[in-house]
Amino acid sequence: MKQHTVESIRTDLLRKTFSAVEFTREALAHAERENPKTNAYLLLAPDRALTAAEQVDEKIAAGHDPGRLAGVPVAVKDVIVTKDMRTTCGSKILEHYIPPYDASAIERIEAAGGIVIGKTNCDEFAMGSSNENSAFGPVRNPVAPDRVPGGSSGGSAAVVAQGTAVISLGSDTGGSIRQPASFCGIVGVCPTYGRVSRYGLSAFASSLDHIGPFARNVHDAAALLEVIAGRDPLDSTSAEAPVPQYTAHLNEPVRGMKVGVPVEYMKHATGDTAARVNEGIESLQSLGCEISEISLPSTDYAIACYYIIATAEASSNLARYDGVRYTSRSADSAALSGMYQHTRGEGFGREVKRRIMLGTYVLSHGYYDAYYLKAQKVRALIARDFTNAFQTVDAIVAPVSPYPAFRIGEKVDDPVAMYLSDIYTITGSLAGIPCMSVPCGATSEGLPVGLQILCNHFDESKMFRLAAAFEKR
Amino acid sequence: MKLTETDVRYVANLANLSLTPDEIARMVTDLGGILAQMDRLAEIDTEGVEPMSQVLFQADHTATLRPDLERAPLGSEVAVANAAVTSGGYFKVPRVIER
Repeated sequence: MKQHTVESIRTDLLRKTFSAVEFTREALAHAERENPKTNAYLLLAPDRALTAAEQVDEKIAAGHDPGRLAGVPVAVKDVIVTKDMRTTCGSKILEHYIPPYDASAIERIEAAGGIVIGKTNCDEFAMGSSNENSAFGPVRNPVAPDRVPGGSSGGSAAVVAQGTAVISLGSDTGGSIRQPASFCGIVGVCPTYGRVSRYGLSAFASSLDHIGPFARNVHDAAALLEVIAGRDPLDSTSAEAPVPQYTAHLNEPVRGMKVGVPVEYMKHATGDTAARVNEGIESLQSLGCEISEISLPSTDYAIACYYIIATAEASSNLARYDGVRYTSRSADSAALSGMYQHTRGEGFGREVKRRIMLGTYVLSHGYYDAYYLKAQKVRALIARDFTNAFQTVDAIVAPVSPYPAFRIGEKVDDPVAMYLSDIYTITGSLAGIPCMSVPCGATSEGLPVGLQILCNHFDESKMFRLAAAFEKR
Repeated sequence: MKLTETDVRYVANLANLSLTPDEIARMVTDLGGILAQMDRLAEIDTEGVEPMSQVLFQADHTATLRPDLERAPLGSEVAVANAAVTSGGYFKVPRVIER
């Protein structure tokens, strides 16, 4: 399965090498066989997938265009709702939740001929950096099974790296697509805030949440973004800006492109990760990019800023899981207040409880100004750093994570250390700019390293062009 | 500032979250460590900076409203289908007001 790409599948379908139904059957069987190695899929959807595949075959037989993603097996992170298909958000509280509608991104994928084959494991409500916070068990990294795949979209990264899907959807609030992409050695994209509709994405931190693609190459990631991007009347924050054909410009030269390297990031980077990223920067230079040092002076405050804003928004968004509408209700529900408290106390996992508590604390009377309002001001400074930088450079490159995939269990008891590892990814999230991880070699132990590319709002075309040139280096 | 078990209980009540005694003890340590990181924000000068509550681009990109058109609703049967307890097509909750 690993050799297939979006374009090769389309070609094979049109040449009748195989039909969409045959290919989907094979993909489902392969995923079912391989999944015990990683625990990346929570659910496979043979009925839905085969129905969609039949429609692709019918279109081809009738001589119609089968769509941009014709016959391509797509996996979907289980925080994105799928009609009549269980959607758990990795949480016990939603163990039996069957959504009555599809997310807009899912509708667009299926309209383009893509085949939704299953739902992937993730940290509970997308809160985590290792996929160890799932109520349904951790995911193993297909590259190194004793290690985490990253998080929170660990399952969506693992299935693409493992070859049990060709592309997948993840969600990124503070690095949850880029970091697992780097840990698993694949491409992961967090688009501009508002580029992809969030309708049907279970809300974690609404001002920071993004849906974005995983793929084994830059072209496939760009193709998937082309399909899911664009204005959606059902998400008032989705952008009106036209969606360029990203894949049409991937081969354009990058000579003369101005690329900035933030000093504040590189001073923390050590070991093999720093070595690979520095080699990556040298490759960009030999491709003709003009490399310069830049400064993003507010970087040191980004972790605190992010964890205040994200948890504050989460504490509000997760209030809806109260024992009334979403399947679970505690047996200890004689009184209304007890129903709320026990349902939530029994249904949420440790990290989610921690974040609800933090978010409630920073929003509570007497602390709002010192924490939440202050964090919003610092967020403006972080965004301003990027605005200033993009006056002199076209793109910024940096590490994705300070270290490669770590061992399962290694950091699970130290929330502060886990939060600090998000330093390179959360700044871009706070600014709402597009950013991605592209494979950048491996450590001496063979663990993948990612290079992060960040561009200005709606500059995904430029970002993909640089990533494609880097991929071919 | 040191976080106490009383603080944790107060916040848990605001969050409608029941916590076991073990969870409360652990929360004191965990939240204390994280808040110590967050307190660093006091160091940075934000005099005159407008708070950023949303990523905003030019107004025509995001300040948009959809046309106010009628659409079919889910319908009450579908809307309550995932509820823990229903009665006659409504959500059912424990008694709130005593007779």
